[in-house]
Amino acid sequence: MKEQDTLIVRRIRNGTVIDHIPGGLALNVLRILGITGKEGYTVALLMNVKSRKIGRKDIVKIENRELDPRELDIIALIAPDATVNTIRDYAVVKKTKVKLPQTIREIVRCTNPNCVTNKAGEPVKPTFRVKSSEPLLLVCEYCGTFVTREDVISQYTESAAKR
Amino acid sequence: MFRNRDVLSILDFTKSELERIFRVAARMERVRRSRMLEGRILATAFFEPSTRTRLSFEAAMLRLGGSVIGFSESEGTSIAKGENLADTVRMLDAYADVIVIRHKLEGAAKLAAEVAEAPVINGGDGTRHHPTQAMVDLYTVWKEFGRISGLNFVLTGDLRYGRAVASFIYGLSLFRPRKVFLVSHPLLRPRKELEEYLKSSGVDFEILESLNGILQEADVLYVTRIQKERFPDPAEYEKVKGTYRIDLKTLENAKRGMIIMHPLPRVDEISLEVDKHEAARYFQQAANGIPVRMALLYLLLGGGSR
Repeated sequence: MKEQDTLIVRRIRNGTVIDHIPGGLALNVLRILGITGKEGYTVALLMNVKSRKIGRKDIVKIENRELDPRELDIIALIAPDATVNTIRDYAVVKKTKVKLPQTIREIVRCTNPNCVTNKAGEPVKPTFRVKSSEPLLLVCEYCGTFVTREDVISQYTESAAKR
Repeated sequence: MFRNRDVLSILDFTKSELERIFRVAARMERVRRSRMLEGRILATAFFEPSTRTRLSFEAAMLRLGGSVIGFSESEGTSIAKGENLADTVRMLDAYADVIVIRHKLEGAAKLAAEVAEAPVINGGDGTRHHPTQAMVDLYTVWKEFGRISGLNFVLTGDLRYGRAVASFIYGLSLFRPRKVFLVSHPLLRPRKELEEYLKSSGVDFEILESLNGILQEADVLYVTRIQKERFPDPAEYEKVKGTYRIDLKTLENAKRGMIIMHPLPRVDEISLEVDKHEAARYFQQAANGIPVRMALLYLLLGGGSR
């Protein structure tokens, strides 16, 4: 992390730092992780920080919360270049670059209301093939519907609003 | 290569596999009665109404010496009692050697194929896939011209919600047509997915709103029904319906040798006077449903050998 950032937010002792989020999408990343602020975690957001790699980036720091692999996949849907640093006792113990798997299962809902994956009571899980990671384009394995990054973000915005 | 295969989308097949089906179908045209699939059972699971697809599958199976069980509406079955699709399919799987399913939900056939051991044939699900109709349509062109590649196709009507026409377009992409003209009202244009697919597969196509001037180039005119419920305004529907209606006048400047196809049912998008026109092939196309489905059932069930 660059010096100018450390001037804004202090280092965290334990938790997670998500770096290289495209500028302006930090709030969506929090939403997709289900963090609303009511959970009590100390969260720091840095938005539109200058980045050599991606122009403008956002950074999220979450104290006392580590991410599991499923959550890493979800972040890749919104922030394909994000890096996730796991911090323990002020040190980075793990640095993971999020990676979109070829197949996305369960995390995203099909936007086609007539898709069999949206039917309650059937033994079927929404499954998508990643057709393109930038811009994000998912193809439903069941009905062929295209799902975009905006669709994914809006699904997580809706579900956060319901909480 | 065919035995026990599921038939979910026309794109599950290659050009050479489809041509194999056509060659077998051409032989099946002469078969009125046989024992090729004697002792085999076809289950027809039609959760949505169907006339041609269901009856032609049944006739095909009977002509091959097999038997047929099934239902043609959910009413009166355990589905009406709330049984889910997967459980219904499991039951049919235990009773039959091959299952044809039609369902209003998209992806229902894929789900059925995941659940069933027996091959599952998609008899139409939602608005995208109707692979056996596409096979029948492609066979009709193949039989007529001896080829599909290099021909000009004009498709009109409802290109957005019609599963038969969508499947036909996907099928055409496997054969390098010369050009595909997609002619419809803006509300009934092909879906983004289909358009993207055509672009990525290198098919030369053009999206148009009017049939004016293009029938001179057409080898095949494929017409589909425009459904009233697709239009929020009934007046708009009446207007659109008239614009895309095919009558003898529309055909005056058509290319010589052009054929007219329609997956049926037809309402009034092709006027009745056209039925006697030399270009009309839609009834022949419907009749082709039998040999093509016979060929498919024969190949999926491994012919007569057990």
